[in-house]
Amino acid sequence: MSDTGIGAAVRRKEDFRFLTGQGNYTDDINRPNQTYGYIVRSPYAHATINSIDTSSVKEADGVVAVFTGEDMQVGSIPCGWGVNNKDGSPMNEPFHPALAQGKVRHVGDQVAIVIAETYAQAKDAAELLEVDYEELPASINMENAVNGGPAVHDDIPSNLCYDWELGDEAEVNAVFDNAHHITSLDIVNNRLVANPMEPRAAIGEYDTATGEYTLFTTSQNPHVIRLLMGAFVLQIPEHKLRVVAPDVGGGFGTKIYHYAEEAIVTWAAGQIKRPIKWTCERADAFVSDAHGRDNLTHCELALDADGKFIGLRVYTKANMGAYLSTFSTCVPTYLHSTLLAGVYTTPVIYSNVKAVFTNTVPVDAYRGAGRPEATYLLERLVDRAAREMGIPQDEIRRKNFIPTDAFPYQTPVALQYDSGDYFATLEGAQKMADVDGFAARKAEAASRGKLRGLGYSTYVEACGIAPSAVVGSLGARAGLFESANIRVHPTGSVTVYTGSHSHGQGHETTFAQLVSDTLGIPIENVDISHGDTNKVAFGMGTYGSRSLAVGGEAMMKALNKVVDKAKKIAAHVLEADAGDIEFADGKFAVTGTDKEMAFGDVALTAYVPHNFPHDELEPGLEEQAFYDPNNFTFPGGCHICEVEIDPETGVTEIVSMSAMDDVGRVINPMIVEGQIQGGLAQGIGQALLEGAVYDEDSGQLLNGSYMDYTMPRADDLPSFKVGTSETLCAHNSLGVKGCGEVGAIGSPPSVINAIVDALWDLGVTDISMPATPQKVWHAIQDAKMAQAAE
Amino acid sequence: MYEFNYDKANSAADAASKLAASDDGKVLAGGQTLIPTMKQRLAAPEDVIDLASAGLSGIAVDGDIVVIGAMTTHATVASSSDVQSVIPALAELAGNIGDNQVRTRGTIGGSIANNDPAADYPAACMGLGATIITTKRGLSAEEFFTGLFETALDEDEIITAVKFPKVDSANYQKFPNPASRYALAGVFVAKTGSEVRVAVTGAGNDGVFRAHKLEEALAANFSADVVDISPMPEDSMIEDLHASAAYRKNLIGVMTKRAVQAC
Amino acid sequence: MVKISMTVNGKNVEGEVSPRTLLVEFIREHLKLTGTHVGCDTSQCGACVIHVDGDSAKSCTMLAVQADGSNIITIEGLANGEEMHPMQAAFKENHGLQCGFCTPGMVMSAIDLANKNGDLTEELVREGLEGNICRCTGYHNIVKSVLDGANAMKAAE
Repeated sequence: MSDTGIGAAVRRKEDFRFLTGQGNYTDDINRPNQTYGYIVRSPYAHATINSIDTSSVKEADGVVAVFTGEDMQVGSIPCGWGVNNKDGSPMNEPFHPALAQGKVRHVGDQVAIVIAETYAQAKDAAELLEVDYEELPASINMENAVNGGPAVHDDIPSNLCYDWELGDEAEVNAVFDNAHHITSLDIVNNRLVANPMEPRAAIGEYDTATGEYTLFTTSQNPHVIRLLMGAFVLQIPEHKLRVVAPDVGGGFGTKIYHYAEEAIVTWAAGQIKRPIKWTCERADAFVSDAHGRDNLTHCELALDADGKFIGLRVYTKANMGAYLSTFSTCVPTYLHSTLLAGVYTTPVIYSNVKAVFTNTVPVDAYRGAGRPEATYLLERLVDRAAREMGIPQDEIRRKNFIPTDAFPYQTPVALQYDSGDYFATLEGAQKMADVDGFAARKAEAASRGKLRGLGYSTYVEACGIAPSAVVGSLGARAGLFESANIRVHPTGSVTVYTGSHSHGQGHETTFAQLVSDTLGIPIENVDISHGDTNKVAFGMGTYGSRSLAVGGEAMMKALNKVVDKAKKIAAHVLEADAGDIEFADGKFAVTGTDKEMAFGDVALTAYVPHNFPHDELEPGLEEQAFYDPNNFTFPGGCHICEVEIDPETGVTEIVSMSAMDDVGRVINPMIVEGQIQGGLAQGIGQALLEGAVYDEDSGQLLNGSYMDYTMPRADDLPSFKVGTSETLCAHNSLGVKGCGEVGAIGSPPSVINAIVDALWDLGVTDISMPATPQKVWHAIQDAKMAQAAE
Repeated sequence: MYEFNYDKANSAADAASKLAASDDGKVLAGGQTLIPTMKQRLAAPEDVIDLASAGLSGIAVDGDIVVIGAMTTHATVASSSDVQSVIPALAELAGNIGDNQVRTRGTIGGSIANNDPAADYPAACMGLGATIITTKRGLSAEEFFTGLFETALDEDEIITAVKFPKVDSANYQKFPNPASRYALAGVFVAKTGSEVRVAVTGAGNDGVFRAHKLEEALAANFSADVVDISPMPEDSMIEDLHASAAYRKNLIGVMTKRAVQAC
Repeated sequence: MVKISMTVNGKNVEGEVSPRTLLVEFIREHLKLTGTHVGCDTSQCGACVIHVDGDSAKSCTMLAVQADGSNIITIEGLANGEEMHPMQAAFKENHGLQCGFCTPGMVMSAIDLANKNGDLTEELVREGLEGNICRCTGYHNIVKSVLDGANAMKAAE
């Protein structure tokens, strides 16, 4: 292994610019003659707009223009995934306007844009906008929404987007009828706000000379935005629309989607013929960024007398919010229910999902997307079943694990896992967590009046999204391949154009390691370019831990083409047969001779083709590849959390968090560990701290700022114990699986199971996320009252 | 933020007269609350009078009294060897207000004048029996703090200093709001001779208050055990997303016990 | 409009601003020093932390007029050409950043923390970073970076 190749902890190439304040985020960009936009949002959860009077706004200082829904008559913001009902009929798909059309459906819904010479002027003028709202009753809570609550969309009185199922309910019920033991749980998967530290921003621009629009935006996938906004919303053809996602300050899913503001500034720039910058304030981000999770689930696990899982049935209500965000519909279905086998051999599984419209911010994928929800309910059920049946937590898991020699393993919920060793990750995590010493630590804590608990989570997830044929058959309206272009310059340096997008993942380093390793050139000679539709041929972007498994594979495919072409050039120069050329360590050599040629010389020759046989050999050295994976990838592992609870205050301290993950081959262990640590923090955030809370009457988001929404801070978290245990992905050349989401997927149930473990003897059998101090304290008081009453 | 006029005061008297001359003026101390409030357009003063050059910062010890100028930052109070030696609990409290950045800008006068129901300094003032010195008079903490974000200050009156008497022992325990880190319940316990004062912040609907029954119980027997059997203030407890009234009541008890133990 | 002048990263700068201009707006919009970021509107996230007369401060919670006459250091003022400040170098070495958005404020806070504390511990660092929110790293590597950077700063003295 070279010190910059595959497996090396190469320090990041991108860090110098970020550390010296030279990052280039969307709000850092200023265009000549730029104006500023302020979006006026609905203060109501549900209201009819009787009229809007813009006259005072137009007269205000510095105002350039104001546009409302009446002005902006464009296409619906599309949903990227159609899901069918049980009976085969298509889902309900309401019109999703960029600017409200006569009605607002959630607090924060876009009503108008005010454009002025300065941002302060736009914001000042926006206060003069007179909107005559007629407030309507709202459906905030999902249960109410599906039980006769006010219709979010007039043409969908049921508030149901779809009623979908996977599996044979009758078959599963029959298994339950004969089960030795049934464990049941009602689960709330709390609603989260992704909160990347960089708020969303967008700059729209129109070039009157060329008729070309440009959108700078905080996106994880600029080509997808170009496609959705260009083809569906604004009808701008691709060759007249450039989308640039420069440095992006974190995404976590919430920057995948095509947002109204992107269309508004692009469209309005065409109207006023000047660039318009819009930057979201955090308060607005809370009511306009897509939220995550928000499921209510009833689930049951059937076991035989030996503790083997014999059946699982899961009934979920998933909140869609007021409109269908880009990937919202696939999250609780294809990203969730297909994961319900987990790491276990459960033979029959049934899942029913009702997707519900409410007068709340749209809900879509957030780090993990569907898989954390599946893992959470499953691992809570397993934990509870073990307690009810008196089986140790590790033993019940080992008893039900998919055997290591059973791969490829076909689950009853459509997926085929290619590789894994769940016994190894469980054992590794147990060692890291010093499970053997737990009893002594618990006793010591008890001597201080504190309660200790240990919680397990053994999980698998499906990522490396995704085989286009599979997702297409499941309703995806796009392919999920990736592209890469390798441009070798005449002096042997390389620029890679990738459709993956880095917003913290370190692609500029990891991808450069692949190139350096494959071509045998110094890593400094490799640059990774991404995020600009005018530079990169095409790209599906970064989400679902797909960058390396799909984007990296596209790059490897293109690199192989480069090597093949370079061999032909070397063969020509060295007067040998291309089949006799070997490539190693950056040198092309003729087998069995001392004739060789360095990579740089081949590159130069490619561009100085003085005596090329042009009908056989083209000049230049540049290759393009598209890669569509054969399967999802399946990282898995074990997270063990140890907590100490102060029963007087209900404060839960995470004293130890151990994660042993199998993410396939590790290209850069430093970056992989960083990704896992970040995921763990978000998982712990969900378990202990975070949760969006709506007022059920007014539909106001009650914790829409960092004063009330608890973001994990440094002193909320411990140092993590992170390790990796490799089984290689069987269907890609690198053997990689993906590491971006494992931390957030695996950890939440381990935290809650640990809390339940700590409180079980007091009579607390369940606690919902987030397990805040007050919730834990109340649970302890309630249990004490119940015991006193007995 | 809305437009406003900005002016600097070169003394407290200057600030007071400028305030008197303004229809809707605000004095700017450290700005750590006023500026965020103005940013959110929740405050819209016409005139903002900056006290930075009014000469109001500094710490002096006068016998058994610590006098802290109104513009003294939390960081200065926290690191003051005078405060640390005379009333260590006060230095400790100041060192736990907000975060590092708030502490280097935020001031004692600003905090007290704002009387946020979850702020820390009001508990210290009430618990230690401080006197708040203004451009017009001296007020006891009980007189000064009149309700939620309300004080006895006149429209044109400015805090110039706060006088804290030395006590035998004192301690402040704060249970922070997990999101904002303001006090969800903060209890300042001070003991001098047989007198015990217990001041509670973060929990009361009317802002900081003294828990008189607890004080009486602790005056009779200064031990953590009596907290369990003493009646907690029942009414007027804040109830919000982060803490029910019952939970806040519990926290007051727990924080009081811990403060008593640390005294 | 009010005329102000200050020293920013060792250079004298002047400007004419509305009183309501925040210091961070002056730095980003007038001085075009876009390394200082804005991540929230309630003075909680710390992406905007700079040094004002030697103390770390949230530039979103100061008016530009309040900084009149001050000596200000922003993230752009730390490195000497290609040579990073020891704290910056420690963040790179320990992978203390991912998306980079909170990083400038985090580094400025970390330097202040190192300057004002003799011996930092993990606990002191975690408490000392209360005013800086990072969503990417889980803080694990930030804590390592700050401890390393503080040692390197001491060694460089």
